[in-house]
Amino acid sequence: MVKLTEGRGKELFRKYGVPVPTGTIVTSAEEAERSVRSGSVPLPCVIKAQVLAGGRGKGGAVRFASTPEEARAAAAAILGTSFQGETVREVLLEQKVAIARELYVSFALDRSQRLPMLMTSARGGVEIETVDDSAIDRQTIDPFPGLVAYERRKATRALGLTGTLAADLDRLLGNLYRLFDREDAELVEINPLAVVGEHLLALDAKVIIEDDASFRHPEYAEIRDDRTPLEEIAREKEIAFVQLDGNIGVIANGAGLTMATLDVLKEFGGAPGVFLDLGGTDDPKKVTEAFLLMAQAHPKAVFLNIFGGVTRCDTVANGLVAALASVPASERFPLVARIRGNNEAEGIAILRAAGVTSVPDLRSSAQAVVAAAQGGA
Amino acid sequence: MSVWIDADTRVVVQGITGHQGTVHARAMREFGTKVVAGVTPGKGGSNVEGVPVYDAVRDAVAATGANASCLFVPAPYAKDGLLEAVDAGIRLCVIVTEHIPFHDMLLMYHYARAKGARIIGPNCPGIASPGKAKVGIIPNVVFRPGRVGVISRSGTLTYEIVNGIKEHGLGQSTCVGLGGDPVVGTSFTDALPMFEKDPETDLLVLVGEIGGTAEEEAAEMIQHGFSKPVVAYIAGRSAPPGKRMGHAGAIISRGRGTAASKVEALEKAGARVARFPYEVSEIVAELARTAGRR
Repeated sequence: MVKLTEGRGKELFRKYGVPVPTGTIVTSAEEAERSVRSGSVPLPCVIKAQVLAGGRGKGGAVRFASTPEEARAAAAAILGTSFQGETVREVLLEQKVAIARELYVSFALDRSQRLPMLMTSARGGVEIETVDDSAIDRQTIDPFPGLVAYERRKATRALGLTGTLAADLDRLLGNLYRLFDREDAELVEINPLAVVGEHLLALDAKVIIEDDASFRHPEYAEIRDDRTPLEEIAREKEIAFVQLDGNIGVIANGAGLTMATLDVLKEFGGAPGVFLDLGGTDDPKKVTEAFLLMAQAHPKAVFLNIFGGVTRCDTVANGLVAALASVPASERFPLVARIRGNNEAEGIAILRAAGVTSVPDLRSSAQAVVAAAQGGA
Repeated sequence: MSVWIDADTRVVVQGITGHQGTVHARAMREFGTKVVAGVTPGKGGSNVEGVPVYDAVRDAVAATGANASCLFVPAPYAKDGLLEAVDAGIRLCVIVTEHIPFHDMLLMYHYARAKGARIIGPNCPGIASPGKAKVGIIPNVVFRPGRVGVISRSGTLTYEIVNGIKEHGLGQSTCVGLGGDPVVGTSFTDALPMFEKDPETDLLVLVGEIGGTAEEEAAEMIQHGFSKPVVAYIAGRSAPPGKRMGHAGAIISRGRGTAASKVEALEKAGARVARFPYEVSEIVAELARTAGRR
């Protein structure tokens, strides 16, 4: 998933006609001061670090300024710092507005009904998970006609809006749904949607774009998200690779089997650190690449758990043996293998010739790798 | 009688001329499935290992009486392929393709539903009934005819579990892989009533994973309208929130979709929930023994 920062989200909002405060994204303190002096960002203004982590307000990553000099100082204080592990490369500078009320609006996927869902609440400004269910209005949207007028009217009534605010919401919902649909978003959320004078303004923007639609949205390929550098390399090689907190590397095939393997390791006191899902492959080179990637993550021990279906055990074994030959001795790690299924006997023989024993039983193989990881500490 | 497929299922393979399509069309035939046609636009008139290839699904249906489709069409074209199959009168579409945008799948699901067609998948291993037919990519070797039904959101984990059932001397009636995406054509609650009324199924294995609420909904149905014993396993108990665990649909988001919630719901509904994958077949064997014959 591609999570957009607030600033990038608001650029999309502007493009689709969802009203946002006057503002701009800057990358230097000088630029911040210039934007204020030129009047492109009116004073007083708010300066926000463009990072994905929450809790920016409490963490000092949101500041206020009433003069160009203050804007410059605030931007300088935030830019280049690290906020919960993310380096602040951009700040969003925007006009500070007088908030009369805070509302909540979002479009997301309802997996059970397989429909987009519009959620609105008059209790915006707090995490929606903390809002009582009775204060949230939910409507599923049929994707064929899209969001229609009576649904927008229902949302307007649920929020208790009239006059210019009702007209604003009607337009905003139509535009926001269009964004959700056309940009292949998993989530678009405005919290808070503020009542400012006679009008509505999106004071925050949370937009998550779906990875699977990247073939028709190449523009999101450049946007960094919360992947680690190794996860990023894996993505380029089309290997599912997720880094966790522990020290055992897991290579399995198929998401379900990979998750089950992690569960078993944890149950026996192990701490999975990286998991790598080979998926279905009949190319030994992909297996080799996966192993070399795993070596870069420096695990204490590696557990290879393969059930050969589409992927044949001998393919995996050949790929593994090739990888072992090219991992320098200093980066070797204890390896426990369990390969079962299609061409099992051939795979086991190939591994044995390279000095790797395959343990057929999941219980004992998992225990062996946990022991190896602890022993090597 | 089995679930959704039987010995009369006649399969058209969409994307048969691609590598995956060719390999799995062959495996389906080796399983005993009637693979009657293939479709690849622009390659009509040729054949793949003796299976005639047509330019359009409508032509394949007219010529061969195909009544089920297995789609290996690449993700950017999968929506078109599915709509074509449904419009040609196909009423069972198994989509193996992964990485289909869910916005496409929403349209595909509701379009198929309005026309009375069932989608299994996407990103799924498909459906198989040993001795009758297989539509999809589940490896033939794990099967043996029997009376255990299997519904799963996973691929290889299903093979592992089904293989375990076989190693305990038992077999399967029908095995359905629902797929790992957030939007799937067939969910547990669509499949459960079919297994309830299937006279060839005595016991059901349900393999779920983190993400969404499909297992909780299944538990609700098991409690109020499913009379056969259920053995369940949920993958992802150790998964941290917010990480996508390989499957697009396997993510704990906003506190929903945890393994704990699913295990609790299923246990409350009377299902036996295994802690480890290998325990599933052990429990199945135990239940089969106590029932005397299965």
